[in-house]
Amino acid sequence: MSGDPLRGATAICGAATFGLGDAGGFDAMEAQTIAALRALDDAGLDKSQIDGLFGCMQSEFLNTLAFSEYLGIAPRFSSNNRIGGSSFLAHVQEAMAAIHAGLCSVALITYGSVQRSLMGKLQTAVTAAWTPHETDYGPRFPVSSYALMASRHMHDYGTTREDMAHVAVAARQWAAKNPEAFARDPLSVDDVLAARMVSSPFGKLDCCLVTDGAGAIIIARADIARTLRRPPVYVLGSGVAHHAKHVSGMQSLTKTSAVESAGRAYDMARVTPADVQMIQLYDAFTINTILLLEDLGFVPKGEGGRFVSDGHIAPGGSLPVNTNGGGLSCCHPGMYGLFTLIEGVRQLRGDCGDRQVEGLDTVLCHGVGGVFSSNATCILGTENTL
Amino acid sequence: MQTPAKSPETRYREALSQGRFEIQHCGACASVMFPPRIACCACGSSALEWRPATGRGTVHASTVVAQRPEKGGPYNVVLVDLEEGGRMMSHVAGYGARDVPIGLVVSARIETETARVVFDAADAGERA
Repeated sequence: MSGDPLRGATAICGAATFGLGDAGGFDAMEAQTIAALRALDDAGLDKSQIDGLFGCMQSEFLNTLAFSEYLGIAPRFSSNNRIGGSSFLAHVQEAMAAIHAGLCSVALITYGSVQRSLMGKLQTAVTAAWTPHETDYGPRFPVSSYALMASRHMHDYGTTREDMAHVAVAARQWAAKNPEAFARDPLSVDDVLAARMVSSPFGKLDCCLVTDGAGAIIIARADIARTLRRPPVYVLGSGVAHHAKHVSGMQSLTKTSAVESAGRAYDMARVTPADVQMIQLYDAFTINTILLLEDLGFVPKGEGGRFVSDGHIAPGGSLPVNTNGGGLSCCHPGMYGLFTLIEGVRQLRGDCGDRQVEGLDTVLCHGVGGVFSSNATCILGTENTL
Repeated sequence: MQTPAKSPETRYREALSQGRFEIQHCGACASVMFPPRIACCACGSSALEWRPATGRGTVHASTVVAQRPEKGGPYNVVLVDLEEGGRMMSHVAGYGARDVPIGLVVSARIETETARVVFDAADAGERA
């Protein structure tokens, strides 16, 4: 069977985090650099071997320029693709294509933010501009856009606030097993329901954390990755999709472009949802997990709420989701997408200690950007999947 | 490509300031779109015509944004499907901090102090 030439042609050979929760006074560029150097150590590479650079920061519009100056590298392929928090999964797709085309061979993808440490101080973040056709009415960004989607999902499918609370509780149960997670205290469905409202139907605990954090991964041509320190985690498939930026411009509030991004990734990877053993997804709000379980093909449309309420995604469940605690309980430094990949790599390598799930070969990572505006999917696998 | 005489966004705002809520209809495929555009987002035609909106619509999605009482208290934000086509973000007056029910039939008016389109529940309007 002739397959997609990108399937398994690249592998993630280094992955690292720094300063999840509180970066200890380091600024975003410093935190990003520490994560990058840790990823290089993880792979057993020197920075001089990096010839592709990808990134998307909130605090630096020309990120790869500033970062290459700061780190002291001169990449021959560079991209600041900025489609929101999913950017880093789109960077993987670009890196796959660039490596296949011979434009680079070892690529570094980084992110860093210290938004928690900066709270209350002047921030120079690059903030997205939103249309006055929305801002005239005072929606709180991004939460009200997701809240509108949740309201429609509840209306159409009977999804309840309790269902959404189960997403937050499952994330917290995983976080309790992850020493790196920021929020590890016990959490109940009643706690989530009792939290102060932010934008109905979301209370505070339906919303992701606001933390510091930095991450980095290194993706290399597969033959190079096989010579390095750690077991390669192969990129089997990737897909990116977007239609609209604003919630008011979306054709459907309950069926997102994740359907298309995942479909493209499954096609490239030659797998189906039945082959996927674990999901790492961008849970900016509790509705995300429910909507994505549906749009990524794991449950029929409308069944996501019941699926999470039945305990399937929590520790011990049939389909582990966000084993690091996700954006809801591990960390959410402004854009979370890269951390889905890092946790996927760590699980496939068996690095996850108390939260390790055994017997893994295939993990799906998924990022959303903006207000569910962009979707990017990566399917990762061990050597057994090639 | 027909270059419009004026920025569609400016044209829309000027009409609102004169008390008219108008939206664009595509002369080629009859799609109705909001917000204003240079070309039809369905078929690509730039033959767009401005027509008065009927002002009737249905609430498609709904949220109440929390806000401290001293800042004015909570308020609703909705998405309204316009009768002729197109969807817009807006506010339904008279609901306070209560969630506006999805499916509610609403009717547009121009809030003169803000020059924005807001909605009232249609049946309440008829009773009044």
